[in-house]
Amino acid sequence: MKKIYLSVIGFSILCRLNVYSQTRVDTAAGDRPAFSLYSPTAYDTTDYRLRRLKIDEIDLVSSYYSQNGDHSPITGGIGTERVTDFSNGLNLNLVWLNQAMNKNTLAVGLGYDHHTSASAAFVALHGGSNPNGTRIYPSLDWTVENAKTGGTFGIGAYYSGEYNYKSKGLDMHWSKKTNNKSGEFDVKLQGYFDQVRLIFPSEFVPPPPPVTAGTTVITTASGNTVVLSSNGQRTNTKNSLPSSPRTTLTAAFSYSQQINSRLQVMFLGDVVTQSGYLGLPFHRVYFNTGKDTIEKLPSSRFKLPVGFMLNYFLGDNIILRSYYRYYVDSWGMRSNTASLEIPYKVTPFFSISPFYRYYDQTAARYFLPYEAHNPTDAYYTSNYAFSKFQAGFYGIGFRIAPPKGVFGWQNLHELEIRYGHYTQTTDMVSDVLSVSMGFK
Amino acid sequence: MINQSIKVLACLLVAVTVTSCAHLKEYQKSRLNDSEMALTNRKVEKNELNFQNYEEGSSGANSGKTGGGCGCN
Repeated sequence: MKKIYLSVIGFSILCRLNVYSQTRVDTAAGDRPAFSLYSPTAYDTTDYRLRRLKIDEIDLVSSYYSQNGDHSPITGGIGTERVTDFSNGLNLNLVWLNQAMNKNTLAVGLGYDHHTSASAAFVALHGGSNPNGTRIYPSLDWTVENAKTGGTFGIGAYYSGEYNYKSKGLDMHWSKKTNNKSGEFDVKLQGYFDQVRLIFPSEFVPPPPPVTAGTTVITTASGNTVVLSSNGQRTNTKNSLPSSPRTTLTAAFSYSQQINSRLQVMFLGDVVTQSGYLGLPFHRVYFNTGKDTIEKLPSSRFKLPVGFMLNYFLGDNIILRSYYRYYVDSWGMRSNTASLEIPYKVTPFFSISPFYRYYDQTAARYFLPYEAHNPTDAYYTSNYAFSKFQAGFYGIGFRIAPPKGVFGWQNLHELEIRYGHYTQTTDMVSDVLSVSMGFK
Repeated sequence: MINQSIKVLACLLVAVTVTSCAHLKEYQKSRLNDSEMALTNRKVEKNELNFQNYEEGSSGANSGKTGGGCGCN
């Protein structure tokens, strides 16, 4: 009987100690109860979510663009506008989680274009200039997303460099979701600080200063000067072409809202202000007197575009992607843009998307065609980008995104191919073929 | 007349948006979360938008480039 009592008392003590050890918060190995049969394993400090930096996605976009027309601004609104351009862009998205488990994304981009422009040859009066050009444009953007609210904050920097034009840009952006997460408000502030190299048409380049007999002066295409003196001495002077600044400041606002399980809409509005040299120094204008000069435009411009995107999932296979934008600016231009794209899902992973885009604009008050400007005009341009016209752009796109990867290649998760044909009522036509590949 | 129609259309759109928003559960968002329903331009359109900005006199509010680069052709 005594053994039974002792056994019951011992068992009850052990049970109490176990309960104590299980109810007590075991915060650290050194803070355990004095005695316990319960021996918890050490806390797993490795979170199931990956905190370290990883490559989330790599996107590669390549395009071939071909254009023809007969209103080049370089030759004063007449002459060939033939252009070909081969563009390539690479974007790398790096993702990591910080201590507060907020998602950080670093987007690194690099773009490279090579173009040939028939009209660029006519910066020199008789077509002797270089018609080829390249542009390189790296970019960097860092965004942090609040894990609780879904709001984001980010900053970005851009650079674009080509022979006659350099651009540096900075931006800050925020987004905030509504309480029920069905709406989102976005703000983006951007600043572009550009330098336009003052390359004038050859007939406006001042003649070189007189040199002593026996001296040869060579001006290279880059504006460098090489002086060869009669005694064989060679002197190089660095690029002497001056630049003029152009500044663009933009505040872009958008609000997106899920209306129901098939419909969502986004309202867009930008406020854009530009200042500085807003024309281009090698654009000619021919007056009604037959004399030519260099395009002259005001040194400031204010733009106000507003619009919306509205996407609707129709049935199980068809999506309607629509877009409208109205634009007004301080140079007297008004424009309307409307587009409709209808992706049809042949399978959940393959879709065909025909699209059409309509665009019209009124002329800027400083535009007149070849030999129509008066020398007494304060500002003048014969650039048909500022003329009155309508334009249509139509084509088709294909998207493949199978779960096992495109062509069975697991890393290539998405492939898009898109072709479009563009026509302007100024008789300018162009074609563009683009390919986008997304790697994970 | 066209401008007035656009304004009326815009007001209607705002009114519809503000008054008819439903709070959706996550499982009801499968269609909205489809990648082709995204309220952004497609990645494959990026260079297209640049060409249009160069050849047309207006830019901005289309998620495309609003500055930088020359397009001096």
